[in-house]
Amino acid sequence: MIEPVSTQGEKTDEIVKNVKFKVLRFDRDTIPSPRVDSFDVPVKKGMTVLDALQYIKENLDSTLSWRFSCRMGVCGSCGMFINGFPRLACNTQVLELEADVVDLKPLPNFDTIKDLVPDLAVLFEKHRSVRPFTLRKDIAELDNPSGEFFQTTDELQRYLQFAYCIKCGLCMAACPTVATDRRYLGPQALTQAHRYNMDSRDEGRDERKDEALGTHGVFRCHFAGACSEACPKGVDPAFAIQLMKRDALKASFGLLRKKKAAPLAPKVTSGKRMEGVPDAPKRTV
Amino acid sequence: MRTRESTLWTWHLVAGAVILVLLGIHMFIMHLADFFGTVQGDVLEFSSVMERSLDATFAVMYVVLLAAALYHGLYGLRNIIFELSISERAERVISVLLVLAGVALFLVGAYGTLAVHSAQAGV
Ligand code: HEM
Ligand code: SF4
Ligand code: FES
Repeated sequence: MIEPVSTQGEKTDEIVKNVKFKVLRFDRDTIPSPRVDSFDVPVKKGMTVLDALQYIKENLDSTLSWRFSCRMGVCGSCGMFINGFPRLACNTQVLELEADVVDLKPLPNFDTIKDLVPDLAVLFEKHRSVRPFTLRKDIAELDNPSGEFFQTTDELQRYLQFAYCIKCGLCMAACPTVATDRRYLGPQALTQAHRYNMDSRDEGRDERKDEALGTHGVFRCHFAGACSEACPKGVDPAFAIQLMKRDALKASFGLLRKKKAAPLAPKVTSGKRMEGVPDAPKRTV
Repeated sequence: MRTRESTLWTWHLVAGAVILVLLGIHMFIMHLADFFGTVQGDVLEFSSVMERSLDATFAVMYVVLLAAALYHGLYGLRNIIFELSISERAERVISVLLVLAGVALFLVGAYGTLAVHSAQAGV
């Protein structure tokens, strides 16, 4: 077996220090008024907050609850309030916090289901409300696709960054407007509205406007920028919202260019498949 | 891609720009002219005030600034109130109240400005 070795040449499973984890506990039935439990965790190099929670659950308190899945910053389920800032537990190394005490709370601006598990239903409802999918008039083609819609790499760049959103809700937890305005769609949903508005294959801008440019849409943003600071994927929701405000301003003066959804890409008529490349799998829907 | 809210918000920005210019002129004349030495005497003296209100340009500027500041300020206040998670019904009531307050304040202010102007001009 190969011994795990760090870049400094020391063993990586060496315990660097003990860190006290102060975890907010809550359960509608058994802990109706929240309390803080403390756990001492021996921390090794590279250990994430998620690893520390696993350690607590395995060794100290098996009743502790939180949500996770991918362990690698992709699924968006492990968002929590770590030392007063919304972060992904799997994407945050304990030593990088440079603290002897780590406070763990459920994400603010959401209801809590239990311990560190926020109720994200409202996030998904708001996300759904902006119709975050390609809207086009050629329904027949959408129902029964005969090819791919045309898009250049430049057109892809206009929304790609916003498409990296993993729906973790950290931006919503960070936003001062979400904190006071329950109906504000918030950075996550608004960024996705912009992501699809900017997609050359989409022509649903006007079908999203009642939500995105409504009373609780982009105009409730005052550019605190907290969402962009919290976002673990570099999506920069505050930027997307400003861009949408700019488009709204242009539209007010009749300066927003009309948009027509990209047509089907021309079929490839010549060329030879490279050797050893198999057929595409059969369609499943 | 226009909505009622995007139109109201656009007017808010336009009003902000108008305020920036007119309030700039106002501040310059009333509070900085002395400093730059462009005007002789006391700009706040009764006779100076009356002299300005006689000038049609000043009268129009005052009324426009009043309208812009009222719209901008009251829409801003509506923004603040709308971010307090109130019901849609309460939002509608507040919008109506703010419009009424705005119109009333505008009428009072505009009447005051124009009355002084026309009295001075001997109309
Ligand atoms: C130099 C002139 C002014 C400019 C350029 C200006 C610009 C702005 C802008 C861009 C906003 C939107 C801020 C946001 O949404 O985050 C705003 C908000 C606001 N403004 Fe003005 N403004 C000016 C003067 C005034 C004056 C004279 C008043 C008072 C009558 C006023 C009252 C407000 C209020 C109450 C808000 C809402 C507060 C907020 O959204 O944070 N402004 N202003
Ligand atoms: S924009 Fe960023 S912070 Fe917000 S939900 Fe998407 S990935 Fe998370
Ligand atoms: S567990 Fe998937 S993002 Fe953290």
